Amino acid sequence: MLQQSDRLLLSGKEYIGLDRIDGPLAFVAKTHPVGYREIVECVDSRGILRTGMVLDTSADTVVIQIFEGTSGMTMPGTRVRFLGKPLQLAVTEKMLGRVWNGLGKPIDGGPVLPGDAEHDVNGMPINPTAREYPRDFIQTGISVIDGMNTLIRGQKLPIFSGNGLPHNELAAQIARQAKIRGQAENFAVVFAAMGVKHDVARYFIRSFEETGVLENVALFLSLADDPSIERLVTPRSALTLAEFLAYEKNMHVLVIMTDMANYCESLREISTLRGEIPSRKGYPGYLYSDLAEIYERSGMIKGIKGSITQLPILSMPNDDISHPIPDLTGYITEGQIVFDREMHARGIYPPVAGLPSLSRLMKDGIGEGMTREDHPHLASQLFAAYSYVKDVRNLASVIGEEELTPLDHQYIEFGKKFEEQFVSQKTGEDRTIEQTLDRGWESLALLPAEELHRVTEEEIQKFYGK
Amino acid sequence: MPERIIGNIHRVNGPVIEARGITDALMLELVAVGKQRLIGEVIKLEKKQAVIQVYEDTTGLAPGDEIYGSGSLLSVELGPGMIGTIYDGIERPLEELFKASGNFIGKGVISTALNRKKLWHFRPSASAGSEIKSGMILGTVQETENFTHSILVPPDLSGKIIFLAKEGDYTVTDTIASLSQNGQEIPVSMLQKWPIRNPRPVAERLPLSIPLITGQRVIDTLFPIAKGGTVAIPGGFGTGKTMTQHAIAKWCDADIIVYIGCGERGNEMTDVLTEFPKLIDPRTGKSLMERTVLIANTSNMPVSAREASIYTGATIAEYFRDQGCHVAVMADSTSRWAEALRELSGRMEEMPAEEGFPAYLPTRIAEFYERAGYMQALCGKPGSVSIIGAVSPPGGDFSEPVTQHTKRFVRCFWGLDRQLANARHYPAISWLESYSEYLADITPWWEKNSGLEWSKLRSEIMDVLQREVRLQQVVKLVGPDALPDSQRFIIDVCSLFKNAFLQQNSYDNIDRFASADKQFKMLKIIVEYYRRGVQALKQGVTLIKLRKMKVYQDIIKMKFTVPNDDTAQIDKITVRLDRAFSELENIYAAAV
Repeated sequence: MLQQSDRLLLSGKEYIGLDRIDGPLAFVAKTHPVGYREIVECVDSRGILRTGMVLDTSADTVVIQIFEGTSGMTMPGTRVRFLGKPLQLAVTEKMLGRVWNGLGKPIDGGPVLPGDAEHDVNGMPINPTAREYPRDFIQTGISVIDGMNTLIRGQKLPIFSGNGLPHNELAAQIARQAKIRGQAENFAVVFAAMGVKHDVARYFIRSFEETGVLENVALFLSLADDPSIERLVTPRSALTLAEFLAYEKNMHVLVIMTDMANYCESLREISTLRGEIPSRKGYPGYLYSDLAEIYERSGMIKGIKGSITQLPILSMPNDDISHPIPDLTGYITEGQIVFDREMHARGIYPPVAGLPSLSRLMKDGIGEGMTREDHPHLASQLFAAYSYVKDVRNLASVIGEEELTPLDHQYIEFGKKFEEQFVSQKTGEDRTIEQTLDRGWESLALLPAEELHRVTEEEIQKFYGK
Repeated sequence: MPERIIGNIHRVNGPVIEARGITDALMLELVAVGKQRLIGEVIKLEKKQAVIQVYEDTTGLAPGDEIYGSGSLLSVELGPGMIGTIYDGIERPLEELFKASGNFIGKGVISTALNRKKLWHFRPSASAGSEIKSGMILGTVQETENFTHSILVPPDLSGKIIFLAKEGDYTVTDTIASLSQNGQEIPVSMLQKWPIRNPRPVAERLPLSIPLITGQRVIDTLFPIAKGGTVAIPGGFGTGKTMTQHAIAKWCDADIIVYIGCGERGNEMTDVLTEFPKLIDPRTGKSLMERTVLIANTSNMPVSAREASIYTGATIAEYFRDQGCHVAVMADSTSRWAEALRELSGRMEEMPAEEGFPAYLPTRIAEFYERAGYMQALCGKPGSVSIIGAVSPPGGDFSEPVTQHTKRFVRCFWGLDRQLANARHYPAISWLESYSEYLADITPWWEKNSGLEWSKLRSEIMDVLQREVRLQQVVKLVGPDALPDSQRFIIDVCSLFKNAFLQQNSYDNIDRFASADKQFKMLKIIVEYYRRGVQALKQGVTLIKLRKMKVYQDIIKMKFTVPNDDTAQIDKITVRLDRAFSELENIYAAAV
């Protein structure tokens, strides 16, 4: 049996030649005992260095996934070295304001930085007893989020979008406007791009530049023309830096990850190549656990000031919310902001579908002392009334609007006002929570008071029709 | 620390390890793997090879690393000190892991489930010199202010009590008795071990006849579960599975709650940990944490421990049942457990059946739900384990394998409805898809405790709900105005019943929990409104008049205004209702 120290000694050992190359996977036979998930360096015959990770290890063969892809690698000429440790990221505060690739190597022409510490990019699960339950309200200045799907510090709240919908605009607006009321604190944004286009990355960089926060932003870019396998590490590198900033440097970190659908595609690619048994739509059975490893790296820890709030963006293939990617994401994250193509077509920004959107942590972060005392009931009332509007609209489409009862007409009017005055706003518009809630009451004023079952008598006295 | 080497690693593939050179491993033996001594279990043996599933992250394990056998099956420790504790899937206390490795869960941390140093005050109740059978009570320990923990003879032991400790303070490992069995003297301590995959023995299964009162009206009144019963709660994400499970764990009338967070969110467990100690159990006046055992294996914790967590929870529940307690097990979510099975099966390269799940999935589901039941425990008292399992069907589609197989083995089904959840109607339990086969079993209880009309009132309102569905289909085509008043009244009554009864606000101090008595009276007054309304309409009263009745608002708000200990207020509303109808009828009778 080999001791750990022997393994480190052996890590100097170099193997020449691969046994097999299959897509991004390389196979090496007859090595010394190599650890699972150990990091690997490959130098091909032209001297290009690539990094890889051990996916499967046995006494006969080791399977390595090469993050930079295998194109141009030759079987005989490639030299392989096993480093005897898992993939690590050298983290430091100075990484903010810079651009990195998925593995954390600089791609902005700047220097490689010596890290304060080396952290395993896979992270470790937070002990549930060490977690602090998130309850600090973040004001995003966007009514439909603040009022009805409140974002809480330490939450993971994805945006379920589709191609051609303004998810980037919304994410950038949140990053610009998000603040905890009455507090100025250390904050940072970590941005991870997986398989998105150059324009999208540029859009975000420009948006950060314009608001003058670029020096507080670290970008991890693995764009559409980068090897797909690199995307598997990109969110992990980003979150490793985020954890360092949040839990060791007491910063409040907002992590924007786009597009999680591309990440899942890469995972499926690797899984298929390895010949694993697929579950739904060819995605591996461990897609849920794998996504959970990423999304669960958010939250707050007792006794530590910092926090990680995640805002993953994912485009639903064919706008289908029951597709495995949004479906499994919804089971892990604490709610979701769902975009609606029809609302977008009607010119409503942000096109947030009222009913399927949800924030699970909202209940403990709103109300008296946090937002305003009427907030919980008002939100519930708006949901109930808007849901009835949907029924009435369906009915109207069958029997015609003229045939509706007077009450249903009032609901139609409410629905219109709600969408135009409450949901709809400009990309630069930053509303306070009071303005948001007042707009909610303004819409409700179109309904008779007897219809408002979910608010109390006192709230009606104080806010209704004012 | 086991030092018996039973083989070494040949291949590492995620949490599944192939081992070679196996000498004398047991099937399902608990093992320690590699230098870090990661905890694992032998799940397959073949000649000199074995497959081991490891309950921790396997990063860094390499071929050649040694595997140490413990000589025993994967077991949990049972005894005083479990209540109020949060464990991981293999019963390691998370508080201890926190002390050992900080904010993040480290690897290879070994910690015993029960505190070895803590002293418990033992009071003997058996007598030395007498014969005692397995599972019988030797004495008691006052574990919390309200919970008296019975110390049982281990299930595989019986004989004459040679020695029984005097009343006093002992640790869980101190010998508190010794029994002679087949001429051998066997010491007994307060700590027992039991392999998690084997059900604990009982004297006999009893028929189910008592409802588990959950305090949730839609459940207790429409789709009740019996103590010892099994339920599945399927629902897509955001339909409120966890909220329903939390509400039941808080307010149901079980003695002990075992809450298994299986592959779910970390913050949800933190929520339970911060909220439960603050909430007061209405029956005992003590904190809810004093009857709760938590098992947390969140979605980012190792997948094989997720597979084990369900069995760990069931074993702990059975142990309390054996003391004569009524235990409710919340398993959230069994789909994550099934997915763990699928992932491990895939890694072992087994032949898949439906959607990649292994062919033995239905067998495993059945085995788990069969651990529920109302039993005559070996100690002579009756006890029960009720299992309430959440199911997370992909895409909210109930035709997928886990939901379908679960349906075969549970007798109660609370289907969560996306439309209700979207309208924020919670609990979003659909009254069309759900059913309970326990209805006939527990009707006598309701008739005895609340009144003979219970089942009649219930079936009357169920009938109204069914009729409303058909009417709504007509409304969708032609609008509500086309219906006669008598049919529009049915829609009105349903909307009243949904708002005033079915929907329940778990954040409201009064509404979050409704006693059986309050539920019965609420049901009765709504049915009364319906019956009187139908009469009134026949006499010519218009629907507008019925809608404008002041008492209508009282009925809608009664869930918020009438506390559980003052249900007489509903009687007063009934009197007002009666008067209001009489007045209306008098006016119309005079007009005719």
